[in-house]
Amino acid sequence: MPMTESTAPVRYRDGTAVVDLPAQIDASAERALNEAYATAAGHGSKTVLLNFGRVEFLSSTGIALVVGILARARKDGRAITASGLSDHYREIFEITRLSDFMKIYADESAALKGGEAT
Amino acid sequence: MISLTRTFRRAIGRGVDTPAAVPRAPSRASVLEMPPIDIAPNDPILAYFHAGSGAVAIDDLQLDSPAVRALRSAGVKLVVPLISQGELIGLLNLGRRLSDQDYSTDDRRLLEKLAAQASPAVRVAQLVREQEAEVRARERISQELRVAQLIQQQFLPKTLPNLPGWQIAAFYRAAAEVGGDFYDFIDLPGGRVGLVVGDVTGHGVPAALVMATTRSVLRSEAARLVSPSKLLERVNDFLHADIPQNMFVTCLYAVLEPATGALTYANAGHDLPFVRRGNEVLELRATGMPLGALPGMHYDEKEATLAPGDVMVLHSDGLAEAHDPQHEMYGFPRMRKLIGELGTGHELIDGLLESLHAFTGPAWEQEDDITLVTLSRSPARGETEHVLVEFEESSAPGNERRIMDRVASSVRDVGLDPKRFERLKTAVSEAAMNAIEHGNRLDVELPVHVRVSVTDDELLVRIVDNGGGREIPEPETPDLEAKLQGLQKPRGWGLFLIKNMVDDMRVHTTNMHHSIELVMKLAAKKGADDAHD
Repeated sequence: MPMTESTAPVRYRDGTAVVDLPAQIDASAERALNEAYATAAGHGSKTVLLNFGRVEFLSSTGIALVVGILARARKDGRAITASGLSDHYREIFEITRLSDFMKIYADESAALKGGEAT
Repeated sequence: MISLTRTFRRAIGRGVDTPAAVPRAPSRASVLEMPPIDIAPNDPILAYFHAGSGAVAIDDLQLDSPAVRALRSAGVKLVVPLISQGELIGLLNLGRRLSDQDYSTDDRRLLEKLAAQASPAVRVAQLVREQEAEVRARERISQELRVAQLIQQQFLPKTLPNLPGWQIAAFYRAAAEVGGDFYDFIDLPGGRVGLVVGDVTGHGVPAALVMATTRSVLRSEAARLVSPSKLLERVNDFLHADIPQNMFVTCLYAVLEPATGALTYANAGHDLPFVRRGNEVLELRATGMPLGALPGMHYDEKEATLAPGDVMVLHSDGLAEAHDPQHEMYGFPRMRKLIGELGTGHELIDGLLESLHAFTGPAWEQEDDITLVTLSRSPARGETEHVLVEFEESSAPGNERRIMDRVASSVRDVGLDPKRFERLKTAVSEAAMNAIEHGNRLDVELPVHVRVSVTDDELLVRIVDNGGGREIPEPETPDLEAKLQGLQKPRGWGLFLIKNMVDDMRVHTTNMHHSIELVMKLAAKKGADDAHD
């Protein structure tokens, strides 16, 4: 399977930087994710929402990328939230305990409203 | 015999009276046509030349020497040895002077001086020629070996047959010189399979070409001739007409009926296959002359049944006839004993190869091609293993998704609920990624072998790579806090994920391969779900 360069565009809504993650989160998404976080951080957003709505494939390398972004955000005093995870990947976030360190919402609007994670 | 004069044929034969400074067209009379003269290593004239006596008048020599007689009959009158670093490297042979007078002392001095000066240059020219010839020979050999390898690889099966209830594994490794080993699986009418293992005498391109021909004839005739003995008779007659002299092919051909394990076989002088049944290892005996040796041969035809749990090993002599540094042979008894003790499939093959490696030592240069093919019939334990798909993918980055998709499409009808189906997909992609990145180190030439099968109560996905020799570590729970604090790298989730996605994970490592078997319980599906929820 060819490794295609993926993109992760950043939008800003209600003071939150929303990163629309690509369909495939593995080694091929490394640059896109890191650049998206840098863009969001450069914008000064206090919260970065990772939108998993388009994600079809998340590998352990992808998990490591998310962990890396989470580590940078903690250092920067920035919150990372997530939305749009499929049941399967939500289960993986629980097994890996990523869900202990980032609030997970069912969808983007719930995430932007904030409050308790669903 | 050595040919000392050959190098100088063009330089000699012209009398010193011929004025070199005055060019003129050589007349028939002025040029002696000098045939090359070979001098035997024990000819007494060699000692004479070596003694450094300078120019030698051949007619004055009192030696019983074939070379002297040959020189005389060629019309040589005077010989000046060319000596370089104490070694006789050639002769300057001169015929009769045009004036018919004897060579004078001055002529001799001049010639000796010329010889002394010319010798080193001639020696250098000889060495350069030898060197060039050696390089050409080496290039030709290496080119030939590449061609032989190419032919060999082209004609060995790219995939193994997918037979429900059977596990088939194959191994082939060419010797440096590339022998003529081959094996093949031929689809036959009625779901039967033709099994072939053979060995062509000799090495290199000739052996590879005979191997390719034999394989083609076997394939084209197998569909028509049901009987293994009749097929070998036909192939023997065909080969005998065309095979180069002194070449022949040993070959075992068997027809397997996978549903019943019935095996009919005939043997053209090939090593006998082994069958492991319980604790016993038997040989499947049948006699017959190698193919291509003599026309009109007849071959024994025998029958056997491979029962559930039986393992058949087809092989060439490359393994059993390997030698250790003390020239002791590995031997068939050792091989037979080991087949009785090892597992099945790749495990059995790896075990044999590891034992061979231990026997020969690391400095061993493989003497002949090694071919091993194993057929294992699944044991009857009230369950039958049914292979859903078996395939290989190259170790290109990203191929874990391709493997995941192929496995996923093969298990759609197995009855996994969507949740467990997704878990299996993740486990497969992670195991495949480990095989590609860690096992095969992203070497696209190395395949990742995948086999998906079901038993009565389990779905099994086995993923094998070539990264043997290094144990797969036990999966540990990653320390997420340490990773978030930057105390550990963010990576290292693969094995942990796999373990949490499947009901069981069986890892096996040999010197050659890693295999990881992912197990999803089918009957205990509900319980397994509860355990994870």
